[in-house]
Amino acid sequence: MHSFNKSINYQDPSAEGYYGDFGGAYIPEMLYSNVETLKTQYLQIMQDPEFQKEFHALLKDYVGRPTPLFYAERLSKEIGTNIYLKREDLCHTGAHKINNTIGQILLAQRLGKKKIIAETGAGQHGVATATVCALKGMECVVYMGEKDIERQAPNVARMKMLGATVVPATSGSKTLKDATNEAIRAWINEPNETHYIIGSVVGPHPYPDMVARFQSVISDEMRKQLKEKTGSELPTHVVACVGGGSNAAGAFYHFLNEESVELVAVEAAGHGVHSGLSAATTQLGKPGILHGSKSILMQTPDGQVVEPHSISAGLDYPGIGPLHAFLYESKRGTFTSATDEEALKWAFHLSEIEGIIPALETAHAFAILPKMNFKPTDVVVVCLSGRGDKDLATYMQAMELKK
Amino acid sequence: MSRLSELFKKQSTRVLNVYCTAGFPNLNSTLEVMESLQSNGANIIELGMPYSDPLADGEVIQSSGNVALANGMTIDTLFEQLANMRNSIHIPVVLMGYMNPILQYGFEAFCKKAKEVGVDGLILPDLPLFEFEHLYGKTIQINELDFVFLVTPETPEERLRKLDSLSTGFLYAVSSSATTGKDKDFSKVAVYLQKLQAMKLKNPVLVGFGIKDKETFDAVAAYSNGAIIGSAYINALSKGGSIEETTSQFLKAVLN
Repeated sequence: MHSFNKSINYQDPSAEGYYGDFGGAYIPEMLYSNVETLKTQYLQIMQDPEFQKEFHALLKDYVGRPTPLFYAERLSKEIGTNIYLKREDLCHTGAHKINNTIGQILLAQRLGKKKIIAETGAGQHGVATATVCALKGMECVVYMGEKDIERQAPNVARMKMLGATVVPATSGSKTLKDATNEAIRAWINEPNETHYIIGSVVGPHPYPDMVARFQSVISDEMRKQLKEKTGSELPTHVVACVGGGSNAAGAFYHFLNEESVELVAVEAAGHGVHSGLSAATTQLGKPGILHGSKSILMQTPDGQVVEPHSISAGLDYPGIGPLHAFLYESKRGTFTSATDEEALKWAFHLSEIEGIIPALETAHAFAILPKMNFKPTDVVVVCLSGRGDKDLATYMQAMELKK
Repeated sequence: MSRLSELFKKQSTRVLNVYCTAGFPNLNSTLEVMESLQSNGANIIELGMPYSDPLADGEVIQSSGNVALANGMTIDTLFEQLANMRNSIHIPVVLMGYMNPILQYGFEAFCKKAKEVGVDGLILPDLPLFEFEHLYGKTIQINELDFVFLVTPETPEERLRKLDSLSTGFLYAVSSSATTGKDKDFSKVAVYLQKLQAMKLKNPVLVGFGIKDKETFDAVAAYSNGAIIGSAYINALSKGGSIEETTSQFLKAVLN
C-alpha cells in the first residue's frame, strides 16, 4: 500500500498529518485557510510556556486534575491480576472530554476567534464545549443529530443552561456523523471568526494530533502515578474504549513508543460484530475518507458511509481516528470489542464491586478484562473515561427488564 | 485538444456549466437530464456522483444525492448509463464527486473507465493539493482527463497560482467561502473576480456557489468566463414535472 509516512514514531504524524497511510487533510478548498492557520500555529501555541501555564492551571483548579489512579482491589482479585483505574470520570463535567475543550478554547482565544462550534453525539463533548465557552465568555453553537437530541434530553438541557445554542442536524441519518458534517459546513460558511472544536482524534490534520496532545495529560499522569504506586512508570497493559478514540489516544499517548506496553483498544460490537448492528470499525471497515482524514471506515462496497450501531452514543461512529487505524494496521495496538449486552452487564458489575457507576462507553473497556488472560504479575490500567449519570435512563430500563 | 479547451477556444464569455446529480430525480433519468441540458443551451455538464457525506455541498444537493442513492445509484451503474453517451452528448462532461466512493471503486479503474465512456474531466473537492501532486494527479493525467481545482477568496495568491498551474480545462472559482446553495453578496464577489482577472491566469475561470438565475449569472459572467449553476437547477427538478420542460424553462430564464 502507498504510504505517505514511513516513520514509526507513533506520537508524531508527518508534516501533512500522516500516520503511515492514514490521516492527511482531505478538505474542500473552502476550509483550506482555516485549517492551514491551525496547522502552522498549533504546535507553536501549545508549546508556548504561557499557554502551558494557563492550560495546566485550569486542568488543576477547574477540571480537578490530576485524576486519581485507583487500585481496584476486588476487581483485581476477580480477574487475577493488578488493575488500576484512571479516574477520568472524576473530571468536571464527568468525562475526559474537557481536557481537550480547555486546550482548544485557549487556542481559539490566541487565534483571535470569537465564536465556537462543535459537534456532539451523546452530548458529552457538547457539554464540555459549552462549559469552557461559558468559562471564557465565548459564543457557542453545538450541532447535534436530531435523533440524538431526542435520545439525550438531559445533556441538551445542560448545554442550554450553559448558554449554548443547540442546532439539530437534520441531514442524512441525523446522528453524530451528520452533526459533524453540519458543523464542518457551518465552519465553511463562516470561517474567519469561528473555531471548530472537534471532540475526538478525528477530522483533518492537525485535529487528530492536536486532540491527542491535549488528551495526553491522561497518560502523562499515569506514568507518574504508576511510578509512585508500583515503582515502575510502565504498566504491562493499557485498556481503553474507542469510538473516534480520544480517551484511548490520551491513555496510550506516552506509552506509544514503549514497546513493552500492550495497548488494548475496545470497540463497540453492538449486537455482535457481524450482526449488522455494530460499531466495530476495525473489524468491519476498510480504508476510506470521512470528515477530512483517511482512516478505517465502515462503508458499503460502493463507498457510502454506513450508519453504525452501539448502545452507547459515544461509540456510535462509523470511523476511527487515523492514529488508531495505524495502531491497528501496524499491530502496535490490540483491537477487540464488546457487545451492548456485555457492556451493560459490566456497567452493573463495576458498580457493585467497586462502587463506581461507569459510562456505557467506558463499560465496554471493562467487559473484555475476563477474556484477556492476564498474568498475576501484570499491571493493567483501564481508562475509566466517564461516569454513568448520563446513562441512567438506559440503566433504569435494564433494571426494569431484570425484575 | 480536450473538449473543454475547444469549448473555451470557441467561446470565452458566458459559458454556462450546469450541475446535475446522477440518478436524480430517477435512477434512469441521468442521460435524459444531460440531453435536455445540452439541447437547452448548457455548454458544460457537471455530473455529480452522489455520496452519503458530501461536505462541500449544501442541503439541496445533498438531498438530491440521498434520493439518487435511495434510487440505487452507484459508480458502476453510472458508467453503464454513460456507456453510449457520446452518441448523443457532444458538449464537455465533467464528473464531480468525493474521494471515498472513488477509492472503493479503485482510483485507476475509475479514471480509465471515465475516459473510456467519454468523460472530459474531474472535480473532486476533497482531493487535496498534496495528495494530487504525490499520488493521484499522475493517474488523472495518464488517462487524459482534465482536473479542475477550486479556489476561494481566501486562497492566498501563491497557492492560487499553483492550483491554476495544475488545473486543466478551467478553474472553479468559489464565489465566497461557503457551501453550495447559499445567497451571496455579489458586489464583494465582483471585486474578487476582478482581482482574479487581473492575475492573468492560465485557465478560464468559471464561478460557482450562489449562482441561481439570470441576475446572478450576469453579475459574475461580466468578470469571468462564465458560471456554474447547481442547487437552483436541482431545486427546479425536484418539483417534479417533465424534465425537458423544467430544463427548458430554467435555462431560458437564465440565458435570455
